[in-house]
Amino acid sequence: MAEIRIENLRHSYSANPQSDEDFALKRLSITWQDGGAYALLGPSGCGKTTLLNLISGLLTPTEGKILFDGKDVSNASPEERNIAQVFQFPVIYDTMTVYDNLAFPLRNRGVPEGEIKIRVAEIADMLELTKTLHKRASGLTADGKQKISLGRGLVRPDVNVIMFDEPLTVIDPHLKWQLRSKLKELHLRTKRTMIYVTHDQTEALTFADQVVVMNLGEVVQAGTPIELFERPQHTFVGHFIGSPGMNVLPCEVRGGKAVFAGMPVDVANIQSAGNRGRMEIGVRPEFVSIARAGISADVVRVADAGRYRIVETRSHGHTIKLLLKEGEEVPQSTTFLAFDPSHTQIYEDGWIAGAHR
Amino acid sequence: MSLELIEITKRVGSETHIHPTSLNLAQGSFNVLLGTTLSGKTTLMQIMAGIQKPSSGRIMFSGKDVTNVAVQRRNVSMVYQQFINYPNFSVYDNIASPLKVAGMSKAEIDRRVMSAADLLRLRPMLKRRPSELSGGQQQRTAIARAIVKDSDLILLDEPLANLDYKLREELRDELPRLFAGRNAIVVYATTEPVEALLFGGNTATLHEGRVTQFGPTSAVYREPKDLVSAQVFSDPPINMTPVEKRGERLQVFGGKVWPAGSAARSLADGSYILGIRPHHVTPLPSESSSGELEGRVLVTELSGSESVIHLDVEGSTWVSQSHGIHPFEVGTHAKLHVDVDRGLFFAPTGERLS
Repeated sequence: MAEIRIENLRHSYSANPQSDEDFALKRLSITWQDGGAYALLGPSGCGKTTLLNLISGLLTPTEGKILFDGKDVSNASPEERNIAQVFQFPVIYDTMTVYDNLAFPLRNRGVPEGEIKIRVAEIADMLELTKTLHKRASGLTADGKQKISLGRGLVRPDVNVIMFDEPLTVIDPHLKWQLRSKLKELHLRTKRTMIYVTHDQTEALTFADQVVVMNLGEVVQAGTPIELFERPQHTFVGHFIGSPGMNVLPCEVRGGKAVFAGMPVDVANIQSAGNRGRMEIGVRPEFVSIARAGISADVVRVADAGRYRIVETRSHGHTIKLLLKEGEEVPQSTTFLAFDPSHTQIYEDGWIAGAHR
Repeated sequence: MSLELIEITKRVGSETHIHPTSLNLAQGSFNVLLGTTLSGKTTLMQIMAGIQKPSSGRIMFSGKDVTNVAVQRRNVSMVYQQFINYPNFSVYDNIASPLKVAGMSKAEIDRRVMSAADLLRLRPMLKRRPSELSGGQQQRTAIARAIVKDSDLILLDEPLANLDYKLREELRDELPRLFAGRNAIVVYATTEPVEALLFGGNTATLHEGRVTQFGPTSAVYREPKDLVSAQVFSDPPINMTPVEKRGERLQVFGGKVWPAGSAARSLADGSYILGIRPHHVTPLPSESSSGELEGRVLVTELSGSESVIHLDVEGSTWVSQSHGIHPFEVGTHAKLHVDVDRGLFFAPTGERLS
């Protein structure tokens, strides 16, 4: 396993990039520690697959370096980088048994059969595949096949990093829960460096110790799930993470207070806020509550999500959503809202006021 | 207008794909078919549309038998998981295609295409080809084509499954509004319980070719008829355990005793299966009757706002989903609390009792 360091990496698909817009991946530096669980999260076209392909060696970067344990591998072939990859669709040999599928990556590298037997048994046990080891892979269900793909990624003890590219997209929800927690368990047991690429916030946040959020070829924020949730550095992160995403409301700063639609709002980062650029208040639906006084709003719609309800309100021409726990009373048409001041922040041109950029 | 399935079945060779099913869908209703892959959702939809014929049973549309009427002669639209558009047509022509086939006047076509494009926020893309659109825009185009011709029946077969998470959330929000003012009967197939919940309307839970329950969505979720319906409609999966009721107490695994709680008040003493949804297992005791659950922490998933804890309790796994950050360490011994008042009690045969 290895530490992965990315230094000033940039990539363009055009041979002769002129402006910043020609780069699918804008300048990026990041360090992933040996044995960590990381996620790359962002919408389609954000550059996460480009970054993955640069790390695995399917692409050579236009600029910058990729280092594994301090060794520059920017121009090394995928084989030389010694990486395991798991894809969206199971990549297995249908005609082989589960055992032979798991043994395949080891046999390819000339590992002695005795050792293969031990490794395969160990991996099969972790993935609860022991009973099916001598069955043909073709007879397995979609999640069973994807388990083999995971197993093939994990079976080699010498890989530098295991990369997962949307591995649970084709799996039914109730099995997703099982495979996701299995993967997390496997990380804890094997302590491999793992990079998980996804557009699904739940998968990224529950799997990784650190999540890198990307948009338009740039890293918008890298942090723990709690940091991304409680202190989004950009309104994009606030919107993209959380379901529903963060409420973003126009405001101005007057006399040391944030003001929304003529009403003062307490915010956590008022000291850092000026009146520079587009000023907005960001507050997650989890931190909005029904109050006796405060910001007036009309209830527009209530959606029942089972363990909570999503209440959509309109306040002075803007939509504000909040969550009510199961059993909490839904207010009648007109009500007042309060924002939790420690989780309400000011944003300037999209970035959190006081951000170190 | 109504769509009625009367004792429909579907057999293919020796296999039964749909067991006898009766459903009555009303005009203007939004109906979700919820079930795992291969539970029969697509087959049922194709029977509703007339793409497949049932092996037995009848299909009535507004009281008229349409069992043997081909799909072309029914006023039906379908949207699939894969984005299906005409690659050589512009977005405008894609949306207009069913109206042109129907021989509508140019002015009327234009009026309808524009109105559908506005609803689905496609106005700026009307001149583009589908290949120049994002996945979300391609699926919006397919949905616009489905609503433009005022179909009696609109069938959507996992239309959001191939979209990014955030786009899915956006369309989930828009779809019920889109159909709200229409007369069409809408049927929507999904594998995701949360989708069914957020749409509201009605839900049919499907399992192995059977509709196990059909009714208003929140009633099906909160008052499942049986074990299978509760399992189909739970994400994360519902926790299940055998219990023995004795007076005001429940004997559970490992000699533990829980209060019987309000849900079991009217039940006679005896053996039951208790179902507890993951959000009713919490690190802190609830205000109502709670039982203790002790075990070894297998996995902790912290999403920033919620904690999901997988606990091994005497060999079976319990899942807890709670608000806030509860960083239980893996491998340690932990104690959680079960809100027994919100438990679902089933007979050993699976039938729901409380």
